[in-house]
Amino acid sequence: MDALYREFILDHYKNPRNFGELEERDTEFFDRNPLCGDELGVHIRLDGDRVSEIAFHGQGCAISQASASIISDELKGKTVSEIAGLNRHFVVDEIGIELSPTRLKCGLLGLKVVQGALLGRQEWPDGTPDDGPDPEDVAKLRSEI
Amino acid sequence: MEVTTAQVGGARSVEAVRADFPILSREFDGKPLVYLDNAATSQKPTAVIEAIDAYYRRSNANVHRSMHQLAAEAEALYEGARAAVADFIGGRPSETVFVRNATEAINLVRFTWARQNVAEGDIVLTTEMEHHSNVVPWQLLCEETGAELEYLTVGADGKLDSRELARQLSTGKVKLVAVAHISNVLGTINPVAEIARSAHEAGATVLVDGAQAVPQLPVDVAELGADFYAFTGHKMLGPTGIGVLWARRELLERMPPFMGGGSMIRTVERDHSTWADPPAKFEAGTPAIAEGAGLGAAVRYLSELGMDAVREHERGLTAYTLERLSDMDGVTVFGPPDAAERGSLVSFEVEGVHPHDLAEICNREAVAIRAGHHCAQPLMRRLGVPATARASFSVYNTRQEVDLLVDALEKAKSIFGV
Repeated sequence: MDALYREFILDHYKNPRNFGELEERDTEFFDRNPLCGDELGVHIRLDGDRVSEIAFHGQGCAISQASASIISDELKGKTVSEIAGLNRHFVVDEIGIELSPTRLKCGLLGLKVVQGALLGRQEWPDGTPDDGPDPEDVAKLRSEI
Repeated sequence: MEVTTAQVGGARSVEAVRADFPILSREFDGKPLVYLDNAATSQKPTAVIEAIDAYYRRSNANVHRSMHQLAAEAEALYEGARAAVADFIGGRPSETVFVRNATEAINLVRFTWARQNVAEGDIVLTTEMEHHSNVVPWQLLCEETGAELEYLTVGADGKLDSRELARQLSTGKVKLVAVAHISNVLGTINPVAEIARSAHEAGATVLVDGAQAVPQLPVDVAELGADFYAFTGHKMLGPTGIGVLWARRELLERMPPFMGGGSMIRTVERDHSTWADPPAKFEAGTPAIAEGAGLGAAVRYLSELGMDAVREHERGLTAYTLERLSDMDGVTVFGPPDAAERGSLVSFEVEGVHPHDLAEICNREAVAIRAGHHCAQPLMRRLGVPATARASFSVYNTRQEVDLLVDALEKAKSIFGV
């Protein structure tokens, strides 16, 4: 099979890290992937302007849930302004696989809800359109057809 | 690909039919395309592609207004398509309005008939198994008018309950019943003729969303007895960008225009206008002429296969799919268990593997299925699932393709260790 469903991803899907709820939290956010209905919420506790605790909850495909799990440890200790600057490349580096245009939003949902919680941002990382693929991906696919 | 020698229509084998669809020769990583997403959109036969090509190469002109030869040819292609489509569904050309798609057909009714006939205190009755296209326009109408939107529930067997319909109708407040002929998620074939009869006895008007039905069942609007019947070209082997609203003539005559502009008028004064007869009254602006020509070719193609034969072919595939899936552990199929009561699609879930992951793994095997909420979020909530996977069939699909689907599902189960 391909890299998408290697053991690392499946392990995070079946045993997600930092999943659950935080009784004491400073901010939270919930959103879904409009294309397919993956759901993810996040609770965050802050220490000054740094993320000290983070907990996701939701349901969805392996990529959406595993991506949130994988990035969760990396987000702890980051400042709000550091997280504001993260984009798809951060997610892709962390999960270690390229995401196809059809799966990009699954992978980005975790980062999106974190940025929503910390920054009140409604839009997808990198300005990916709400109901369509990333323009970069469109250009790449066009050249391959 | 190895195909069965089953006949689709008349003397045509599935193999011969497949040869009519150029896209089916595509391969991905050496694996032949298995296209099982026909409820989203069907593939197109060469006859349709060539009809569009021929219009642009040989006959391109605007319709309705010019006197030259090309305009006459364009008119013949476009109006010929209307006549063919009307004949295909047992209607008359004067009752057959071309629109962009089924969604636009339903919205046309919302903005014309419904605005005139639905008011505060009335009920618009739809069902839990509708596509969003037969829900959202009525939500908007109810917001605008103060009418109530009510839903017929879907039972565990994937069907509507006629007693619940009777209860709703007995209030005397139901102005419109908006129902799918075939559910795009459950596959349920709704008894629209019975529904129309009951609704009419209670003084309600009936709109049927036929987007899934016209591609796969013999449909006769006169027999069904509905008032409005909406469907789309691209799911029935035709091009995108053209759909149909069939409506009873007397309704069309009484309805106000939809959009204003060229083609839909008889006379235009400085301060008012008079309207052309239906269907032109509802077709403002230059229409989708090439797409009309393409849809005409699609209807001729389906007619040559014969819709009884198409239905029989697809019912057989659906029954086979239900049989294969019921043999798999951890698979739940939604909708009526009997293929005779359902259209040619099967929605299912595999325990422990999210539908997106199923679709992704199928895609690696060149098997195209749909995963998601299928534009039917109220139904997803009723079923208690966030999404389902769906395989849907057309005239060119084979049992061997169903086997390839099942192989891909087994692969997904083994990757996820379930």
